[in-house]
Amino acid sequence: MRWLLILAARSAWNRRLTLGMTLVAVALSVTLLLGVERVRHEARNSFALSVSGTDLVVGARTSAVQLMLYAVFRLGEASNNIRWQSYQAIAADPAVAWAIPLSLGDSHQGLPVLGTTGAYFEHFRYGDGQPLSFAAGVPFSGLFETVLGAEVAERLGYRLGDRIVISHGMGDSGLAEHDDKPFTVVGILARTGTPVDRTLHISLEAIEAIHLDWAGGAPLPGLSIPAEHVRKFDLQPKEITAALIGLKSRAAVFRLQRKINNHPGEPLLAVLPGVALDQLWQMVGFAERTLLAVSAMVVVVGLAGLVAVILASLGERRRELAILRSVGARPGELFLLLSAEALFVTLLGALLGVALLALLTTLLAPLVQAHFGLSLSAHWVTSDELQLLAAVVAAGLLASLVPGYSAYRLSLADGLTPRL
Amino acid sequence: MPAALIRIENLRFRWADDADFCLDIPLFEVHAGERVFLHGPSGSGKSTLLGLLGGVLVPECGRLHLLGSELTQLRPAARDRFRADHVGFLFQLFNLIPYLSVVDNVLLSCRFSARRLARATAAGNSPAAEAHRLLTQLDLNASLHARQVTRLSVGQQQRVAAARALIGQPEIVIADEPTSALDAERQVAFLELLRDECDRSGSTLLFVSHERRLATGFDRQLSLTTGGAVSAGGSA
Ligand SMILES: Nc1ncnc2c1ncn2[C@@H]1O[C@H](COP(=O)(O)OP(=O)(O)O)[C@@H](O)[C@H]1O
Ligand SMILES: [Mg+2]
Repeated sequence: MRWLLILAARSAWNRRLTLGMTLVAVALSVTLLLGVERVRHEARNSFALSVSGTDLVVGARTSAVQLMLYAVFRLGEASNNIRWQSYQAIAADPAVAWAIPLSLGDSHQGLPVLGTTGAYFEHFRYGDGQPLSFAAGVPFSGLFETVLGAEVAERLGYRLGDRIVISHGMGDSGLAEHDDKPFTVVGILARTGTPVDRTLHISLEAIEAIHLDWAGGAPLPGLSIPAEHVRKFDLQPKEITAALIGLKSRAAVFRLQRKINNHPGEPLLAVLPGVALDQLWQMVGFAERTLLAVSAMVVVVGLAGLVAVILASLGERRRELAILRSVGARPGELFLLLSAEALFVTLLGALLGVALLALLTTLLAPLVQAHFGLSLSAHWVTSDELQLLAAVVAAGLLASLVPGYSAYRLSLADGLTPRL
Repeated sequence: MPAALIRIENLRFRWADDADFCLDIPLFEVHAGERVFLHGPSGSGKSTLLGLLGGVLVPECGRLHLLGSELTQLRPAARDRFRADHVGFLFQLFNLIPYLSVVDNVLLSCRFSARRLARATAAGNSPAAEAHRLLTQLDLNASLHARQVTRLSVGQQQRVAAARALIGQPEIVIADEPTSALDAERQVAFLELLRDECDRSGSTLLFVSHERRLATGFDRQLSLTTGGAVSAGGSA
């Protein structure tokens, strides 16, 4: 038995080039399969962890999913804002414990700039209810002060006291700069693993201030208000993008939601974050399953290739099987010899696939974090992934029966003298 | 006369889809220590007979007695075991497993039979040392023992195969045209080596060939006619 496995390994090594190619195919297919699963898992995870303790998210009327995407995950842009008066009316509702206004639209080096108030640092919760904490510095108090998310500070190398310029609009390049009104970094938040890490926070008044002399997407020609004079203007915001609401008692959530959705002044939408997330998962669920099915198919293709290669080699190995037979090998042992080879390659492929995935996640994590805000943790395998791996190995086991059975049949038909 | 080592009675065999019998042997006997030359034209069923003797093929009817065991009564696994323990095979061509070393090829016989392993090491040798000894005995220079089997000449390969058939002193050595790829001079030399080694290890030799002229030096000569009947071919 042990000798048979050694024999199988030596034989495999003898054909290492062809088997090596199929090994690569199997490994890559496993990497793809686990990669898809991991991204799916991490995406769900990071979305679920991004907001906690918020009872309602309020914005202009749109779809619940879209509101969540731009207000909480900073993905996409709001099509409409809500009036400051509307926000104030909601915040003043007796059921409301706290409200955080959010004003989005500007950016810095492709990262979102968020206008908000001190309430953000006080009431915002993520993960399983953790508050934001400062790695360095304090919340903004002055007009041209900013608090950076951990990722912003790390990636761009900013420290307390640095001065930065905000760009008008979202995007990576070609944006007009608010370069007449630079901001000073006064605080850097501790890492949260949520979109907060990629956000620059300034006050709502600052958002007003940098747009005083702008109209539409460009500075007003001939009008320039220097930074030191902006305080003379009314910096009370006229609109915000969205708001996060915390209630005194969760029991009031549906009543308030209804009230906001029927707001007389303008069409508003209030959503429960959990409900909106469920909707999101339903929407992407089909795509996820399709993607997973496609990568499972790729694994099947890889295994089919493996079986084909081993079957092709069987032709040249009939002599070898007859020799083994002549020294006393049972047909069942030849079955094992050939099956072991396929199983061996599958196992090695699965292992290599996992290693490759670990390598890729380590290498690509910063890129993925930068572009999609997903933190890919470079762990080995989760239990879900282990299940997928087990499925791959089971499929490999099934596939390995094919060459095993062929060898079995051949050895019985050939006897000691294969007719080539 | 002692009981026959191999005794075949009223044996008939035909291949799966064939209408005619490939072999039809009323009686065939080989005694212990004999060196028998079995002649037959190509296609007469020589290899088929050896497959039956090895327990790889099963006759349709008849008896197949080897070393006191009735092969037809044994279960397939027991027949495989029997072959591993008591029979050494030597074939026409490509006798070696290309990805194993010379010594590992020889030791293959011991891997599937504890009995032959025990016999190979009975003199206190390690299995590998016994393989080396046999190879040297078969005129295979020690420098060749480490060589890749695919880089040996056909004659050298056949001697490695002979060592594999002989190691662990099986009672029966069956050679199926092992010399047909050698030139005339080497055929004779190889035959002599093989016979000597069989004598040394006390193995009975059943040598099969379509070349009648190789029969010199054998104790007995039998013929297999097309249609599968054995007849005494006269003593050589
Ligand atoms: N594996 C096989 N399947 C079917 N028929 C076979 C097989 N091996 C041999 N035969 C047939 O059996 C007959 C005898 O073949 P064989 O024993 O190889 O003859 P020899 O060894 O004397 O040349 C031939 O007619 C051949 O076609
Ligand atoms: Mg033959």
